[in-house]
Amino acid sequence: MNKKSLIQKAAASPHIVWSVLFIVAPLIFVMYYAFTDKEGNFTFGNFTELFQASYLEIFMRSVCFAFLATVICLVIAYPIAYFISRAKPKTQKILIMLIMLPMWMNFLIRTYSWMALMEDTGIINSFLGIFGIGPVHMINTAGAVIVGMVYNYLPYMIIPIHSVLSKVDGRLLEAAADLGSNPLTVITKVVFPLSIPGIISGITMVFVPSISTFYISQKLGGGNFDLIGDTIERQFQTAYNYNLGASMSFVLMLLIIISMTIMNKYADDDGGVII
Amino acid sequence: MNEKKIIELKGVSKSFDGELILDNIDLKVYEKEFMTLLGPSGCGKTTTLRIIAGFVTPDCGELLFDGEKINEVPPYKRSVNTVFQKYALFPHLNVYENIAFALRLKKTPEEEIYERVEEMLTMVNLRGFEKRDVNLLSGGQQQRVAIARALINKPRVLLLDEPLGALDLKLRKDMQNELKNIQRKTGITFIYVTHDQEEALSMSDTVVVMANGKIQQIGSPTDIYNEPENAFVADFIGESNIIDGVMLDDFKVRFSGHEFVCLDKGFSKNEPVDVVVRPEDVDVVPVEKGMLSGIVDSVTFKGVHYEIIVTINKFKWMIQSTDYVAPAQKIGIYVEPDAIHIMKKSEFSGMFGDYSSFSDELEHLSDVTEEEE
Repeated sequence: MNKKSLIQKAAASPHIVWSVLFIVAPLIFVMYYAFTDKEGNFTFGNFTELFQASYLEIFMRSVCFAFLATVICLVIAYPIAYFISRAKPKTQKILIMLIMLPMWMNFLIRTYSWMALMEDTGIINSFLGIFGIGPVHMINTAGAVIVGMVYNYLPYMIIPIHSVLSKVDGRLLEAAADLGSNPLTVITKVVFPLSIPGIISGITMVFVPSISTFYISQKLGGGNFDLIGDTIERQFQTAYNYNLGASMSFVLMLLIIISMTIMNKYADDDGGVII
Repeated sequence: MNEKKIIELKGVSKSFDGELILDNIDLKVYEKEFMTLLGPSGCGKTTTLRIIAGFVTPDCGELLFDGEKINEVPPYKRSVNTVFQKYALFPHLNVYENIAFALRLKKTPEEEIYERVEEMLTMVNLRGFEKRDVNLLSGGQQQRVAIARALINKPRVLLLDEPLGALDLKLRKDMQNELKNIQRKTGITFIYVTHDQEEALSMSDTVVVMANGKIQQIGSPTDIYNEPENAFVADFIGESNIIDGVMLDDFKVRFSGHEFVCLDKGFSKNEPVDVVVRPEDVDVVPVEKGMLSGIVDSVTFKGVHYEIIVTINKFKWMIQSTDYVAPAQKIGIYVEPDAIHIMKKSEFSGMFGDYSSFSDELEHLSDVTEEEE
């Protein structure tokens, strides 16, 4: 018995070491830098600095962009996930493969491709030019940044929703129809409530990377739309102000935790409304 | 029984992937009737039920409800409700909301919903369970919720797809009685699908025996048992010895090398027939008094009676008797005229009714595969 538990402990140790090294330790560093000044003295100064209008704007913008990207992803992903889940198992596998396929390519390359697509002389505008439309200015706009986010994170919304929907028992849909649900109410009263766990994890998987992304906004926003991620990156890479960068990371973490808590609370209550 | 037809199937056929599942079915269901579709796995009984519910559209033929064709009417517009095989309760709703589902769709006022849900809960003996999570209920309780949910809409017809299949034997018997009571009380037409012949006989007004996508016989439980139409029905309903015979004349049949008096007539002279003798209708007598005689193969004690397998003219008979006989003993048997039932030859002749390969184990195996359906 003792021996067995020892083995069990040994088996768990790589995970514990990993967690301490790469999760706990960095968090402690973030906390340390966030609450100290350059000389290493304890201070709240980094946080009060964040209350400047320019930083508040960045925070607001990040939340708004991430929120919009998440909502758009959900609106696009849900019908796709539903459609895939109603297909034959073999077709489902192929379709999910197709959804995953772009993720095999490097994230940077995918973002660069969008630049090539959306430039004033880019592929989309050349195409529109054939019909005498445009050029439509797309690159370096807020819309371009959000398109980039939606494109990059859409699979993370489709896959969890699909995995929940594909497990919904077909007999429940029949039961609902039998009790008087028309095709629309079958979806609103049965399919949708049952898929909420998938929606929640989809939202988490899209919202979190969207709010902390730094690359998309730089490339597709042309530097006009600084997000928290960009600002944090700059503090560490250019300004060498680790303390301010850490305090921003800390606030970002809080923002994410608060958003997730609110969402899970709504989901737990009665499985009704989200967001 | 009320003589007003509520549902009628006329020449209904259905194939799946090129395989004919229902072959030209004609069926009439009357108001307030308890009808059972009985048959083995793959006989088409569930498909018939699903056609009535609206989940399956027949390839050809007509489905009439109150005399009107409803082939194309979607399920949610039919005044028919279903109790599903594995209940199909909504896992995201509690007991109360599951039962209230149909009324909520109709935007029924809250007080009326409350009253009717309570009424249903009382009927199925689940008062006090309103707030329970349906996923945590026992099989029997889930079953009751499913029945309440289907009945709250006051359907004209309730369809039940092997509703008791997943329950243990004791609970099954209780639920049989309860279902029958509910049916009497509400006066709703029940169409009940099962592969359990005992269940069918004890609950139904009308039994429809199905095999190979065709209806083999429609009748009251006593008719089906006493006057089976063919070898399949005789074998499927209860135990029976089915012996090749020749109808010599009205009331006169010859089988096992002996001439018997019977109560059947209307066959042509010397017509080959299947003869059914139920095991409980055979009397064991001393050899010299017997009409036929044979050697006892085996004797099994079954509680109420002994089950005796005896070889007579190479045919193994099953006899149920309260008197013990020893294996390898020579016995005589006596069959009263009213214990003999004559059937016309059918596609099933020679397939059933000989106990040479009889085994309890096999029967259980077939039951298990049935539930997978």
